Amino acid sequence: MTAVDEIVDRYQGGKSALIQILLDIQREYYWLPKEALIRLSERLEIPLNQIYHIATFYTAFSLTPRGRHQVMVCTGTACYIRGAPQLLHKVEEMLKVKPGKTSSDMRFTLITANCLGCCALGPVMVINGEYHGNPTTADLGHIFEACE
Amino acid sequence: MAGRLTSIVDLERLRDEILAKRQGRRFISVSNGSDGRTRGSWEVIRAFVDEIEKQGLEKEVEVKSTGCHGFCQMEPIVLILPEGICYVQVKPEHVSEIISKTLIQNEIIEQFLYRDPVTGQGITHESEIPFYKGQARLVLGNNRFIDPWHIDDYIALGGYSALAKALDKMTPEQVLDEVKRANVRGRGGSGFPAGIKWETTRNAPEKIKYVIVNADEGDPGAYMDRGLLEGNPHGVLEGLIIGAYAIGVHEGFVYVRQEYPLATENVIHAIEQAEEYGLLGENILGSGFDFTVTVHRGAGAFVSGESSALMTAIEGKVGEPRPKYIHTSVKGIWERPSNLNNVETWANVPLAIGRSADWYNSIGTEGSKGTKIFSLVGKVKNTGLVEVPMGTSLRDIIYDVGGGIPNGRRFKAVQTGGPSGGCIPEQFLDTPVDFDQLTELGSMMGSGGMIVMDEDTCMVDVARYFLNFLSEESCGKCIPCREGLRQMLNILNRIIEANGKEGDIELLEELSEVVIDASLCALGGTAPNPVLTTIKYFRNEYEAHIKEKRCPAKVCKPLISYYIQPDKCQACLICLRNCPAGAIHGGKGLIHWIDQEKCTKCGVCLEVCPPRFDAVAKLSGEPVPPPLPETKVIRKRVAQ
Amino acid sequence: MKTVTLEIDGKKIEAKGGMTLLEAARELGIEIPTLCYQEQLAPYGACRLCSVEIIKGERSRVVAACVYPVEEGLIVKTDSPRVVSIRRMLIEFMLAVAPRTKVIEDLAARYGVEGTRFEAEANLCILCGLCVRYCAEVKKANAIGFVGRGISRQVAFLPEIASKTCMSCRECFSLCPTAKIPRETDGVCFLDLTVDDFLSRQSK
Repeated sequence: MTAVDEIVDRYQGGKSALIQILLDIQREYYWLPKEALIRLSERLEIPLNQIYHIATFYTAFSLTPRGRHQVMVCTGTACYIRGAPQLLHKVEEMLKVKPGKTSSDMRFTLITANCLGCCALGPVMVINGEYHGNPTTADLGHIFEACE
Repeated sequence: MAGRLTSIVDLERLRDEILAKRQGRRFISVSNGSDGRTRGSWEVIRAFVDEIEKQGLEKEVEVKSTGCHGFCQMEPIVLILPEGICYVQVKPEHVSEIISKTLIQNEIIEQFLYRDPVTGQGITHESEIPFYKGQARLVLGNNRFIDPWHIDDYIALGGYSALAKALDKMTPEQVLDEVKRANVRGRGGSGFPAGIKWETTRNAPEKIKYVIVNADEGDPGAYMDRGLLEGNPHGVLEGLIIGAYAIGVHEGFVYVRQEYPLATENVIHAIEQAEEYGLLGENILGSGFDFTVTVHRGAGAFVSGESSALMTAIEGKVGEPRPKYIHTSVKGIWERPSNLNNVETWANVPLAIGRSADWYNSIGTEGSKGTKIFSLVGKVKNTGLVEVPMGTSLRDIIYDVGGGIPNGRRFKAVQTGGPSGGCIPEQFLDTPVDFDQLTELGSMMGSGGMIVMDEDTCMVDVARYFLNFLSEESCGKCIPCREGLRQMLNILNRIIEANGKEGDIELLEELSEVVIDASLCALGGTAPNPVLTTIKYFRNEYEAHIKEKRCPAKVCKPLISYYIQPDKCQACLICLRNCPAGAIHGGKGLIHWIDQEKCTKCGVCLEVCPPRFDAVAKLSGEPVPPPLPETKVIRKRVAQ
Repeated sequence: MKTVTLEIDGKKIEAKGGMTLLEAARELGIEIPTLCYQEQLAPYGACRLCSVEIIKGERSRVVAACVYPVEEGLIVKTDSPRVVSIRRMLIEFMLAVAPRTKVIEDLAARYGVEGTRFEAEANLCILCGLCVRYCAEVKKANAIGFVGRGISRQVAFLPEIASKTCMSCRECFSLCPTAKIPRETDGVCFLDLTVDDFLSRQSK
């Protein structure tokens, strides 16, 4: 938990930095391990139930480990009317994962985003930070195959 | 690096120096915002830098990595300045030709120009491209000339001179009066006059007060604020500092959503630079006024855009709205007076102060002054960020700037105001867009999302989309919002699943009224708007779903079937092989047909059927004709 | 704080500034229904049963009496048709969530609500937050909290804390208006509703 302590120290222990600290922990581990939350509760003297409320309130946080490859389908309004539901359906079928979930082999986590602000490309899928505008079924196959 | 500026004379001297250094230079401005980068703009910039070095042109030509120019569809965009020559969809392999022909030999390269979709003619200058022609880019236009990491670029354009004017020649009261006189209205949602808000915070008795930039742009399909904060963070900061001076505040926050990493990075860097230059911190420009800014990242919650929820989040707590019977302008962060405006509103302040309220008042309509930036997206040819004077008609925005609807489809509606807004039908296309007119139509300006929908969009499905969004994004604290939206969503779901009942429309209306009246905050108070406007303008679509079990736009899966038309099928096997459900039967030389029981309605067959056959159709509200198993294809000569 | 004069259901009252409409109405003997309100806890404004209509000049709007402060010259209607129809709808919502519970059936009877038009999704919790707030504000134990948001929001025990504090307390048992807590928990955790259960359900 030294990483948690280091992050807390960076914010000089201020309670008001809780969300900023959680964002940093999320960036460090890609999820929020329970031990980290308990440690944070001790360090900041914030009740654990409040930390859980925040951690389950904001979409940036994950309380379970995520897969090796993060697949994000944008379901913002512009993408939605340009066919994001069909794209999401295809991705779900191909990966056999439901949105918000991780495949049992920890290969993929599928998430949806409310708008990534690249509406001109829509419908958009982002995998490991790489953007794909309106990928066809064949494109998807190649993209996923390349993920170990 | 100029060091700390200790007076307004210092600032003006620096500006002169920067301009003198730039005399006679040419600039290659590459649109390198978040969306440009997804289309390879970084690679284009690197290619330019390498090529310029190779050709030894570093003294004459400078490459600028700028924020978004607005025309996202055509990214990466390369603008050659001062001529204003515009190349679109540029690739790294085009770069050496651009340098050798356009920069060295002053020759236009026809093939990289934007082509007028009507005449097919290449258009040389940015200003002549129809997308830009109808715009008035007073706020967003600066993006083209600024590398957001270089404060000097902003200063060269006259940046921070409005701040200098305010600090040097105006009292805080005069600044406040000028903003009130300019009638700058909040660009984040309700259009509340910024000056009146500022005054409330200024007059609140508490000594410590705050100003906040709301960059939590949560409306799906809206990214104006991202474009501004990424591309011109100093423009926003300058407005904020002027506001702080007028209100009498020494501490400010920028609340930016974590989904915008580049905007966060750029604004943090801009704050550091402004501090180095003495434009933030103690004794700004030697005026005796102190002001600091901190960046706070939002962790992803639409409701955080609501002012009291945003302020609770800055305190490090769950971003739940508070009952706002005492305004946040009086009791905000830590119960202290806090003035919140969104990015675009702050970016308008330097215009009103730097030029004058009279000038600002000369643009726009009676009640709405200045310009408004929209993100024009959806089923429209030219997607991008668009800035027009208030009062421009929806038709001008969608057809003149936006180029109309692609693929020969018909316009159906435009959705404005995000999840709190509504859908506006064709008969109101000539409405001049301003705060009051859109509200009159049952929608709202909101932050400026403008999502164009064509005949292939189902309005019931759109309403369901927003309700689903809001029921997940509601904080869930109060019963009318949480349970009301849950029940409204249930009803919309059953309408879409062919289980709609007589009376469902009326029940939706009844529920809407309670949710609007009784909810704790504005999220619930406006959440039913997408349902109410679609019922108001597209009631027939609801009725078709409920009474005829038909989706007129053929979108709602439970109400549609895919069908292979036997007279068009050429038995090419493509759909049969691609169907993930194995639902397509037939074979070589035999007409294909879909087993409706097995079909998951994924639409792959329609996607892969060669357009020259066009054999797959969507049906809704009519029985699927029985299959003709083992029927041989009669090949027809198909016109190529 | 100085006093202000306002009118509730036609009766004039001089109230201390800072008082809520609910408190002022109660002083007048006017009964406004509440669910999430508890004198010993900070006002919360979540159930909205105490919605009342206020009229200021030309404009009228609905506010929650438990959190809205008294104002000079305000006209308040605690039983107008608009307010009653809101309460009736809220009761219908609660009947779907917590059918066959005394508090809600009594409310339904009082407002003549004969049943709910909505599908029962009975989990008993109407998220009034009395348990969470009492545990935090009065007991300072924080053994139970909220998790999730929107329609997924719920209350959950934190077993780490509950196992140490709850068995000897159990004071939230009688506070719970729908009796979910006494029915579904041993005081350490809900049968399937700890924070960990919530999380494992989310990841599946």
